[in-house]
Amino acid sequence: MAQSPDLDRRQFVTIVTAVLGSIMGAVVGLPAIGYLISPALAQRSKEAWIPLGVLDNYSIGTPTIINFTRSKVNGWEKTVNSYGVYVYRKSQTEVLVFSNICTHLSCRVTWNDEVQEYACPCHDAHFDIDGGIVFGPPPRPLDGYETKIEDGYLFILFQEA
Amino acid sequence: MVKRLFTWLDERLGLIGIYDTVLDRKVPKVNWWFTLGSASMFLFVMQGVTGVFLTVYYVPSPDHAYDSIQYIMNGVAFGWLIRGIHHWGATLMVLVVFIHMLRTFYFAAYKYPREITWLTGVVLLLSTLGMGFTGYLLPWNQRAYWATTVGTEIPGTIPLIGDWILRIMRGGTDLSAVTLARFFSLHIWFLPATIAAMVGIHLYLVIRLGISAIPDKDD
Repeated sequence: MAQSPDLDRRQFVTIVTAVLGSIMGAVVGLPAIGYLISPALAQRSKEAWIPLGVLDNYSIGTPTIINFTRSKVNGWEKTVNSYGVYVYRKSQTEVLVFSNICTHLSCRVTWNDEVQEYACPCHDAHFDIDGGIVFGPPPRPLDGYETKIEDGYLFILFQEA
Repeated sequence: MVKRLFTWLDERLGLIGIYDTVLDRKVPKVNWWFTLGSASMFLFVMQGVTGVFLTVYYVPSPDHAYDSIQYIMNGVAFGWLIRGIHHWGATLMVLVVFIHMLRTFYFAAYKYPREITWLTGVVLLLSTLGMGFTGYLLPWNQRAYWATTVGTEIPGTIPLIGDWILRIMRGGTDLSAVTLARFFSLHIWFLPATIAAMVGIHLYLVIRLGISAIPDKDD
């Protein structure tokens, strides 16, 4: 075939196919990436004040476990998660609230009255009554909650992950 | 550099040979009706790709099917686009495959030596309709539920074996979780596998035998 300076039929079809194909690929392909990763990007960090009942119901000097549940919608399903916290009333007005989740690997700690420490059953971590590390592998003290007392009721500031 | 890489690959893979055989084969003078086979295959690939993406979030269980689709439509970025393409592509594919069959029939392209191409085409058309039928149930809304109720009742009216067929289709007497699961399985495994295999044979035969010209007065 004689070389003409203009596009021949084949070249034209090749270019049109490549351009249209690229546009169609991009129009479907780029949203598809967003489709796959969008649940990971959804930041739904929520805060809530959780009521833990009348403050005077907690005895002074001994940590008391109390459980509450929070429901969360993940995609098409509603999950109810249970949480446990230790309420430690130091004095008439001073109160500390700790999560019972061990800061090491998320096992649940329990208050041991005999040694006056929180103990984790998984790797024998011990925390003192103020949440500080006594011994064991945890990287940081027990996580505490911000507290407030309104009309004699105790509340904690719960941060949803 | 690119040219050397291409030459290296071509020497081992025979890329130019594939191109010449598959895309550069000789065709008689034809018209736009002869593009419908390629269009069908394009739509099949499109349905396959969007379908794979839908399975990321869709759950084939009566508890979650409807809610998971609500999540795809409203919760996930561009979920409406992926599902929209799958939804409209399905309708379009049935239409295109059917018109492709009509063209083959009216132009007598099913005759010797292309009978097996036609027969695989029959399986492809029926499988495409099967994809439409099984996919229709998956949203698990009122329309899906009742369409499948009626759609399984119809073969149920066949004398003697009707009830047996209905039970096999539903996986029991009722339209239930079992029905949804088997329709889903047919929709994403059995039927696509059948279609892919048949497309392979169909295309091989098209390449091997070439396509027939539009018949003239003397044919």
